[in-house]
Amino acid sequence: MKNGTIITIENLARHYPVGGGRFTALSDVNLTFSRGEFTGIVGPSGSGKTTMLNIIGSLDTPSEGVTDVLGTTSKEMTPKVAATLRKKHIGFIFQTYNLMSVYTVYENVEFPLLLLKMSASERKKAVLDALEWVGLTDKIKSKPPQLSGGESQRVAIARAMVKRPELVLADEPTANLDAKNSHHILRTMEELNRELETTFIFATHDDKVIQYLRRIITLEDGRVVSDERIKQ
Amino acid sequence: MIAFKLAYRNLVGAGLRTFLIVFVLSVSYVLIIFMNGLYQGWEREGKFEMIRWEVGQGQYWQNNYDPYDPVTLTDAHAPLPASFEQAMENGSAAAILVTQATVYPEGRMLGIMLKGISAGQEVLAIPTDLLIPKNNEIPAVIGTRFAQNANLAEGDNILVRWRDVNGTFDATELTIAGIFNSSVPVVDNGQIWISLDRLQQMTGMPGEATMLVIGEDAGLPAEVTGWEFQGHDVLFAELDQMIKTKSIGGSVFYLILLALALLAVFDTQVLSIFRRQREIGTYISMGMTRRQVVGLFTVEGAMHAVLAMLLGAVYGVPLLLYVGSKGLGMPEGTDSFGLAAAQRIMPYYSLALVLGTVILVVIATTIVSYMPARKIAKMNPTEAIRGKIQ
Repeated sequence: MKNGTIITIENLARHYPVGGGRFTALSDVNLTFSRGEFTGIVGPSGSGKTTMLNIIGSLDTPSEGVTDVLGTTSKEMTPKVAATLRKKHIGFIFQTYNLMSVYTVYENVEFPLLLLKMSASERKKAVLDALEWVGLTDKIKSKPPQLSGGESQRVAIARAMVKRPELVLADEPTANLDAKNSHHILRTMEELNRELETTFIFATHDDKVIQYLRRIITLEDGRVVSDERIKQ
Repeated sequence: MIAFKLAYRNLVGAGLRTFLIVFVLSVSYVLIIFMNGLYQGWEREGKFEMIRWEVGQGQYWQNNYDPYDPVTLTDAHAPLPASFEQAMENGSAAAILVTQATVYPEGRMLGIMLKGISAGQEVLAIPTDLLIPKNNEIPAVIGTRFAQNANLAEGDNILVRWRDVNGTFDATELTIAGIFNSSVPVVDNGQIWISLDRLQQMTGMPGEATMLVIGEDAGLPAEVTGWEFQGHDVLFAELDQMIKTKSIGGSVFYLILLALALLAVFDTQVLSIFRRQREIGTYISMGMTRRQVVGLFTVEGAMHAVLAMLLGAVYGVPLLLYVGSKGLGMPEGTDSFGLAAAQRIMPYYSLALVLGTVILVVIATTIVSYMPARKIAKMNPTEAIRGKIQ
């Protein structure tokens, strides 16, 4: 792996059994990602964006080819190794926020740190820092049903960022948000990317997201059709 | 530890549903402890009273004696062996001679057991001091049940007829010197107690007895020729059997309640896993293994039992202690089955009972929580994250 490269994907293919045959979600994908990137995987629905994100996030495994994510190859990716990788180094942001409705904002953001077995004082500092980044320190006692869509997604960002991961994977993070909230959370993520040098990879087909990206990888029918770096 | 913390948060977050399940489970705890405490109390008290009034620390039966076959009584007597003498002299054993007889209270005819017992003995609680004659009368003591049946009171005379060792009928009058109140019907119903010496004389069986009841430190040999030792295991067998039968019958009630609570836990788990797939996927995305998520859901289900224990303690401890101190009145006629039963049973809650109940409920709840949670291990996390039903 080259210096600064944190993800390498070689000859990646992903097939799913469908009926008697198989459906190919990704085919012949070769990519590398470097530390601090703010990259989007774009393309129409069914082009394989989410599958790619899931494989990078070790939630799914390749049918063919090899991935190397933060020094762990797909060949050595046992469920336990994958869980450790996600726990320590990867944060996820989902289209539907996926917050725990019975937990408060504070508890939702604290959750990843409980898995890392951090002390209570360390947890408290990290959670308050993360909520400050997303501007939600006044909502720490609220529960997700009391939050707006934008606020919920900001909590999800805080939850993904609280452990200061090297990589954040965001799957359609603005799909359920209006324009104002979309720009707000994108600016937040951009700031975190610059300040903490966290690598962000988006799966999106939202133009609002695309205008913030510094690299755009376009997928069509599971194949990479373009890989464009934007000068800003 | 984290599983407990998360499970607690999830349960508290679930609010009323958690409370209802926890409440039903807590009632199961309290009922199991109460019912078993009642049976244990009955057993303890029954045995204690039987030791005081009937069985002592064990009995030697003359070889022909069979308490369930009155016909054998004619032959169930023999001279007391010399090895019994010292124990009888120092008061650690009491000899009893049993014979059948008939009494005629108020012109009626009643078949009874006429029992002779060493006057002044201290092994059994029967007031045998009253059997020491003060004049020419033959003093006898009876229990309250027989006194009621025969309409006898202290100072009354009653005609008794019996057969001696040769089969010859004889009759005399007994004077009721005392009426005792015992919770052990075997020493009361249809029983008249007179002094052993007098009965030996009446039946022509000098120095003979049917059984020997021993007290503490009797120091008698285990085997005596012509006599068979009966320990508590034999003498309590009937009481044990009856309590066991009652206990099984009683347990059906609380087992149904426990089953209902467990069904609710199972149902909640199935519903949780169905409804919370997105949450399960999110846990996995944040770095939990599927096994840890199965553990989390299992602990969450099992925590119902822990919360139920705490809730049960809040209202159950004062309730059980109150019943334990006041006792529970037994219905009239309970002792007419011939078994020892005090008028009030004091429940006894042993540590083993409480711990056993807690372990039973926690293990049962954990099992029914784990069974549906196993489904999580087969889930595809990428589909779970999207909330897709699997």
